[in-house]
Amino acid sequence: MAEVLVLVDHVEGKVRKTTAELLTIARRLGEPSAVFVGAGFDAAKDSLAKYGAEKIYHVEGDVLDYLVVPQAELLAQLVASTSPAAVLVPSSPEGKEIAARLAVKTESGLITDAVDVQAGEGGGVATTQSVFAGGYTVSATVTKGTPIITVKPNSATPEEVSGAAVDEVVDFTVSDNAKGAKIASSKPKEVSGRPELSEAAIVVSGGRGTAGDFSKVEEFADSLGAAVGASRAAVDAGWYPHASQVGQTGKQVSPQLYVACGISGAIQHRAGMQTSKTIIAVNKDNEAPIFELVDFGVVGDLFAVLPQATEAINAAKG
Amino acid sequence: MNIVVCVKYVPDAQAERTFDSSDNTTDRANVDGLLSELDEYAVEEALKIVEAGEGEVTVLTVGPASAADAIKKSLQMGAHRGVHVDDDAIHGSDAIATSLVLAEAIKKIGAETPVDLVMTGMASTDGAMGVVPTMLAERLGLPAVTLASELEVDGGSATIRRDGDTSTQSITATLPALVSVTDQINEPRYPSFKGIMAAKKKPVEHWSLADLGVDASQVGLDAAWTRVEAFTARPPRSQGEIVNDEGDGGQKLAAFLGEHKFV
Ligand SMILES: Cc1cc2nc3c(=O)[nH]c(=O)nc-3n(C[C@H](O)[C@H](O)[C@H](O)COP(=O)(O)OP(=O)(O)OC[C@H]3O[C@@H](n4cnc5c(N)ncnc54)[C@H](O)[C@@H]3O)c2cc1C
Ligand SMILES: Cc1cc2nc3c(=O)[nH]c(=O)nc-3n(C[C@H](O)[C@H](O)[C@H](O)COP(=O)(O)OP(=O)(O)OC[C@H]3O[C@@H](n4cnc5c(N)ncnc54)[C@H](O)[C@@H]3O)c2cc1C
Repeated sequence: MAEVLVLVDHVEGKVRKTTAELLTIARRLGEPSAVFVGAGFDAAKDSLAKYGAEKIYHVEGDVLDYLVVPQAELLAQLVASTSPAAVLVPSSPEGKEIAARLAVKTESGLITDAVDVQAGEGGGVATTQSVFAGGYTVSATVTKGTPIITVKPNSATPEEVSGAAVDEVVDFTVSDNAKGAKIASSKPKEVSGRPELSEAAIVVSGGRGTAGDFSKVEEFADSLGAAVGASRAAVDAGWYPHASQVGQTGKQVSPQLYVACGISGAIQHRAGMQTSKTIIAVNKDNEAPIFELVDFGVVGDLFAVLPQATEAINAAKG
Repeated sequence: MNIVVCVKYVPDAQAERTFDSSDNTTDRANVDGLLSELDEYAVEEALKIVEAGEGEVTVLTVGPASAADAIKKSLQMGAHRGVHVDDDAIHGSDAIATSLVLAEAIKKIGAETPVDLVMTGMASTDGAMGVVPTMLAERLGLPAVTLASELEVDGGSATIRRDGDTSTQSITATLPALVSVTDQINEPRYPSFKGIMAAKKKPVEHWSLADLGVDASQVGLDAAWTRVEAFTARPPRSQGEIVNDEGDGGQKLAAFLGEHKFV
């Protein structure tokens, strides 16, 4: 069976949930081989084995100093040496850039932001994308080269199957060409302790209606174990970090539950949350467009509604 | 500083966007189009750089005849000249082919006056793949700094601020380079009356694939390395229950969450 390359997304060896999802998808297409770049290999090895990685290609050294280009070069080298059935990359900004360069390097078709990937009928890979702000579902295939697919978070339920996780150290040197852009400095962000926005099962977002006070939104989110998001109006006002923005120019999320608090529902916001399974809104204007999308809506002041709901939920949990 | 800004003409997101069922491509004929909103930020940033120093901003689009509107709007904002690559063979091109045509056009522009910076939006508002900028950099052999929320160009380098999930980074590239910008970077200007009048006299070149030395078999729907097999409209969401808060809105919300096992 052909290998399927999965680029591992991790922080210092702590493997993110999206990687478990990609390994699960890879098993539908062939034999999963994880590709690991950076520090923390020993820590990552076990979790990659747990989700079925048969091999782990890995390189050490300065690969990550030069942004994404070396990773694209590494994958191109592995595509040439292993002729995989597909390459799966997480749909993060970095992942998309790696995939874009890899597609040009290997003369292969690229599909971005897949929400489902299955083995195609006559071989190949069949993907599903959600396009035009979630208005359409498109099924597509790659017709040339090695299918290169970036996959959105929450596109599969990770399945545990133990893999051999054979360690394959790759002989790789970063080309001079890749060194044109370099990270000059990096300032880590504060960690909120809440789930990561694009991976979370529940997202609670606040907008201009919070008037800058996110405390009620956060307390409600915490009662549900949810991630906190924000509209661009709230981000532009400096009330919440840009990394938390949901929408066209922020994160596109697709959780089990999305709760919009004090958000009107502009098209650019909808582009980032419209495919959520269940949608709830709390807004004091009964004509706010967000209500067109909801499974449940409360017309009211979020400063009254949210604390009451939080209290009831915390009481129910005991 | 000579800057080329890539601008895309897209169907208006406020209108009903759909596909042409004869060949599964985007319906660009029956939907009003405009300059992709996110490319305005790239035009604005390029203008600011040139206004603070010297040089010219050339806007480049690949698209059908109607895409001339995207160039027009950019010229009205203040760009100096336009290049429109229009060829029937391009219809249905995928990102790979689009980046090939853009790259060849930039090489041709650069053959006259060297290009210091290539700028793009973060993603189009229709395909929204966000991959064309990186593909262009790969094809042109340029370093790329992407998703800039701040840009500083001095002497021989471009430095950007990039807001990631886990960190805020400062990234530097040597010129010539490619820079893609986000909607955080500036506030695009509206064309002034003077700008609108001046735009009418600005030069716009029209190039075909032959002018770029690109073979028609390398682009278009038949050459695409991906194929759309089918598309379906997502069923509209039907509105669920809406309650007015009469002092018990929070209770009702909690009850709904309980019934649906979110608690
Ligand atoms: C190029 C471009 C890209 C964009 N990208 C994004 C994006 O990625 N994400 C995004 O969100 N937006 C984006 N926008 C902006 C978008 O168009 C809207 O301006 C924005 O989403 C509005 O945010 P809001 O709903 O919080 O604010 P508003 O539209 O002002 O809505 C506030 C809502 O809060 C309600 N409200 C007020 N007080 C209360 C209260 N006490 N209790 C309950 N409800 C209350 C009001 O009734 C109102 O409906 C983009 C715009 C452009 C031009
Ligand atoms: C719904 C939909 C789904 C698609 N899915 C795929 C797919 O999976 N794989 C695939 O290969 N193609 C796909 N395409 C086709 C692809 O979107 C187009 O080929 C497009 O030309 C390039 O991608 P983009 O619009 O997503 O650009 P992006 O990569 O999002 O564009 C980023 C920037 O590149 C510049 N740019 C992009 N196009 C042009 C242009 N024509 N002229 C000037 N500047 C430009 C602009 O500065 C823009 O801001 C899809 C198209 C649609 C409408």
